[in-house]
Amino acid sequence: MKAGLPPERAAADSGAPPPEGVFTTTLDKMVRWARAGSLWPLPFGTACCAIEFMSVVSSHYDLARFGAEVVRFSPRQSDMMIVAGTVVDKQAPILKLIYEQMCAPKWVISMGVCASSGGFYRAYHVMQGIDEVVPVDVYVPGCPPTPEGLIYAIMKLQEKIESGQPSHWQVEAERRAASDRAPQPVGA
Amino acid sequence: MAEFVAENLRRSFGDALERVSDEHGDLTVWVDRARVHDLLEHCKRDPELDFSFCMDVTAVDYLSLGGRPRFAVVYHLYSLTTGKRVRVKTGVPEDDPVVATAVDVWKSTDWFEREVYDMFGIRFEGHPNMKRILCHRDFQGHALRKDYPADLRWKLLRPDDLLDEISSDEMQRIRARVSHPLSE
Amino acid sequence: MVFKDAALTPEELPKTTPVPNPHGRMPTGVTWEPLEGPAGATAAFGPRPMHVERHLVDDESLQTDPLAEHLMVINIGPSHPAMHGTFRLKCWLDGETIVKAIPEIGYLHRCFEKMSELHPWQEVIPYTDRLNYMSPFLNNVGYAMAVEKLLGIEIPKRAQRIRVILGELSRIMDHFVCVGTNLVDLGALTNFWYMFRGREEIYSLLEHVSGARMMVSYGRIGGLMRDVHAGFEDEVRALLTSLPKYIDDVDKLITNNRIFIDRARGVHAISAADAIDWGWTGPCLRAAGVPYDVRKAHPYYDYDQFDWQIPVGTTGDVYDRYLVRMEEMRQSLSIVEQAIDDLPDGPVNVDDWTISPPPKDRVYNTIEGMVAHFKLTFEGVQVPAGEVYSYTEGGNGELGFYLVSEGGGQPYRIHCRAPCFAIYQNIGPSLEGCMLSDIVAIVGSLNVIAGELDR
Repeated sequence: MKAGLPPERAAADSGAPPPEGVFTTTLDKMVRWARAGSLWPLPFGTACCAIEFMSVVSSHYDLARFGAEVVRFSPRQSDMMIVAGTVVDKQAPILKLIYEQMCAPKWVISMGVCASSGGFYRAYHVMQGIDEVVPVDVYVPGCPPTPEGLIYAIMKLQEKIESGQPSHWQVEAERRAASDRAPQPVGA
Repeated sequence: MAEFVAENLRRSFGDALERVSDEHGDLTVWVDRARVHDLLEHCKRDPELDFSFCMDVTAVDYLSLGGRPRFAVVYHLYSLTTGKRVRVKTGVPEDDPVVATAVDVWKSTDWFEREVYDMFGIRFEGHPNMKRILCHRDFQGHALRKDYPADLRWKLLRPDDLLDEISSDEMQRIRARVSHPLSE
Repeated sequence: MVFKDAALTPEELPKTTPVPNPHGRMPTGVTWEPLEGPAGATAAFGPRPMHVERHLVDDESLQTDPLAEHLMVINIGPSHPAMHGTFRLKCWLDGETIVKAIPEIGYLHRCFEKMSELHPWQEVIPYTDRLNYMSPFLNNVGYAMAVEKLLGIEIPKRAQRIRVILGELSRIMDHFVCVGTNLVDLGALTNFWYMFRGREEIYSLLEHVSGARMMVSYGRIGGLMRDVHAGFEDEVRALLTSLPKYIDDVDKLITNNRIFIDRARGVHAISAADAIDWGWTGPCLRAAGVPYDVRKAHPYYDYDQFDWQIPVGTTGDVYDRYLVRMEEMRQSLSIVEQAIDDLPDGPVNVDDWTISPPPKDRVYNTIEGMVAHFKLTFEGVQVPAGEVYSYTEGGNGELGFYLVSEGGGQPYRIHCRAPCFAIYQNIGPSLEGCMLSDIVAIVGSLNVIAGELDR
C-alpha cells in the first residue's frame, strides 16, 4: 500500500481494494465539502413559505439530515439565507441589510415564486423577485414549494458548493481584492 | 333586517339621512358627511341600538361608476346585545377628502382610518396619528384609487425611524416616568 | 458586584433598595437614588451606553434627544424569530420595562384588494388562500360565502358539510401553529414538533382532497372544486383518533407547567369592555370573557345543530388565550366527528352553469357545456350589482368580506376585514409597563398573521 497516493491510484497499482481511512485531496475540496455539509440556515421567513419551511425543519421532513440543523436567526451566525415568502418594497432595505450582515461564505435560496419573481402579485408594493436587492444562488418555484422541493433546492446548493462554482460572495470578494490591488488614482 | 334600527336612526337623524336601504339583508344608511360623527356616536351610546363594535372602516372609490361623490367611507357596526348590524356610508368629495374621525367613539377605528388614508387619501380630522400604515413611507399616491395603476412601485431606501409617532408632550411624560433619572 | 478596577469601593456605592414592580410581579431590580454633584455613580461609570441602531438610519434626532440618554431604544423586527415574520416594534426600555412601544406593520402588504379588482370573481380565490395562510380553507369559505350571498344562492348540503369539516380541520391547523410557535418563543420547543406532526397529518388529508398541502383553493363560488375522494371518511376518522393525542401531549406538558404559568399568567390581561372597544374578535376576545363566536351568534352551515360549546376565559391574559385555543381544538374535533357521521350524498356544486363550471364530459360533448365553460373562464361569474358584508368565524375571529359589485364578472371592490388588524392595533398602548420578555409571549398569543394583517 502506497501511503500518500490517491486511493484510485493505489488500488490500480496493487489490485487490492483502496485503503480505508486515509485519502488525499486538495484542501479546497475539503473546505467545500465541509461548507456544503453544514449549511446553517437563516430563515428570512415572511409569509406562507415560512410555514412550509417550518414543516421542512420539523420531524417529518427533518432538514437536520442535510446538515442544516442549526437554524439561526442571527445573520452573524448563519451562512445560508432562505428567503421564504413575499418580500415587499417596505421589507427590501431590511433584506439587503440582513444579507450584508451575514459573514462570507454565504448563500441565498429564494424559496417560492414570490421571492423568486414576485409570484402572482404584480402589484404596487411587491418586489418582483428578491434578486432586485440580493444575489440569489438557488431559486425554488412553488407556491409554496413542497418540502421535497426545498430539500431538493438545498441539495442543489450543496452540489453547487461542492462543484467549486463560485458564488456571488466569492465574486464580490474577488472584485474587492482586485480593486484593492489596483493602483488608486492620485488625488481622487 | 333590523327595522327598529332604521326607525331609531330616522327619528334622530331624519334630515341628515340621505338614503336607507336593504342590501341583501344588510341595513345600509347613507348619511351626510357633516353629521356622520354624531350618528356614529348615537349608534354607540343609544341604549336601544348599543353598537358596541365597530367592525370595519373602509372606503370605496366610485370613479369608474361616476355620478355621486367620488368616495364613500363605509363603517360596519355590530351590536353584541341585539345582534344587529348596520352599514353607515358617507359620501366624500374628491376635492375635500376629509371626514371627522371616530377614534373617540370606538378605539378600533384607529388603524382602520389610517388604512383608509393610506389607500384612498381620505384624511380623518382629529386622528392622533394620520400616517400611512401599510405602504412604506416613500410611497406616493393612494393605491386603491381607481386611477392608480396596479403595478406602479416606489423604491424605499431606508426604513422609517418612527420618531414622528411620538409627540414632544409624550416624550416629556415618558421622561417623567423613568425610574432612574439623571441629575439634570 | 464591584469589579476590582472599579472607581468606587463597595462602601461608596449608592444605597440600593429593591422595589416591588407596580404591576405585581417580580421586582424589576434596583432603583438608584440620584446623587448630587459630579461625584455620582453616573459620573464614575460614565454616561449610560446609548443603544442606537447606527447601522440602520442616521437618527440624528436620537443622538441629540435627551430622552435617549435615559432609555434604551430597541428595534425588534421585522426580521426576528419572535415577530413571526414581519412586525416591527420600536421600544423604549427603562431597564427591562417598556415605557413606549410603537408598532409598524405593512411588511407583507401584498395588495390583495387591488389584485382582486383585476381578476374575475373566481380567480380571487387563490389570493384569499394567502390571507390567513395558517388556515387557508377558512378564507376560501368566507369569500365564497360572500359572493354566494351577493348572488343569492345556497350551496348543496353536501358542500356545506364538507366545508364545515375541512374548515374545522383548518381551524385546528391554525391553532396548532399558534400554540406551537407561541411555546417555541417561550423556549418550549418540543411542543412545536408535536403540533407540527399533527399539522402534517391534516396536510396529508388536504393534499388528498385538493392536491395541495397548504394553499388548497378548494372552495369555489357555488360549492367546492370537486367532490372528496373515496377514502375521505376513513381518513377523517383516522385524524379524529390521532389528533387528540397531540393536543393531550402538549396539554400534559404545558398547562400546569410552573414556568409557563409564570410567563403567561397575568401577562397582557385585557378587560372585556376594552377588548370590544378595540374591535377584538375570536379566541382573544373569548379569553377576555365575551362569548362571541360567529358560528353561534349568527350560525351558518348548520353550526347551530351541532352539539358544541364556546370556551370562554376570564382575564384575557396569555394563559387564558392558550387555554381557549386548546379547548377550541377539542370542540372543533367534536364538530368534525358529528359532521362526518352525517355526511349527506348529493352534488357539491350548485346546478347553475353560470356559476359552477359544467362537468368535463358535458364541456367536451355539448354546445351548452362548452359555451358555459367558455363564458365562465373568460367573463367570470356574473354577479349582480350591489354590495354585501359577509362574515364567518376565521381562525382569529370575525373574518369579514365587504364586496361591491358593479354587475360584471370582476369585482369592483373587495375589502377583507381581517380580525388580526383590530387585535394588533392596541399592542402599542398595551405594552407599556410590560417587560421585554413579555413581548414574545404576547405577540405569539395574539396569533397575528401578517398575510391577514397586511393583506
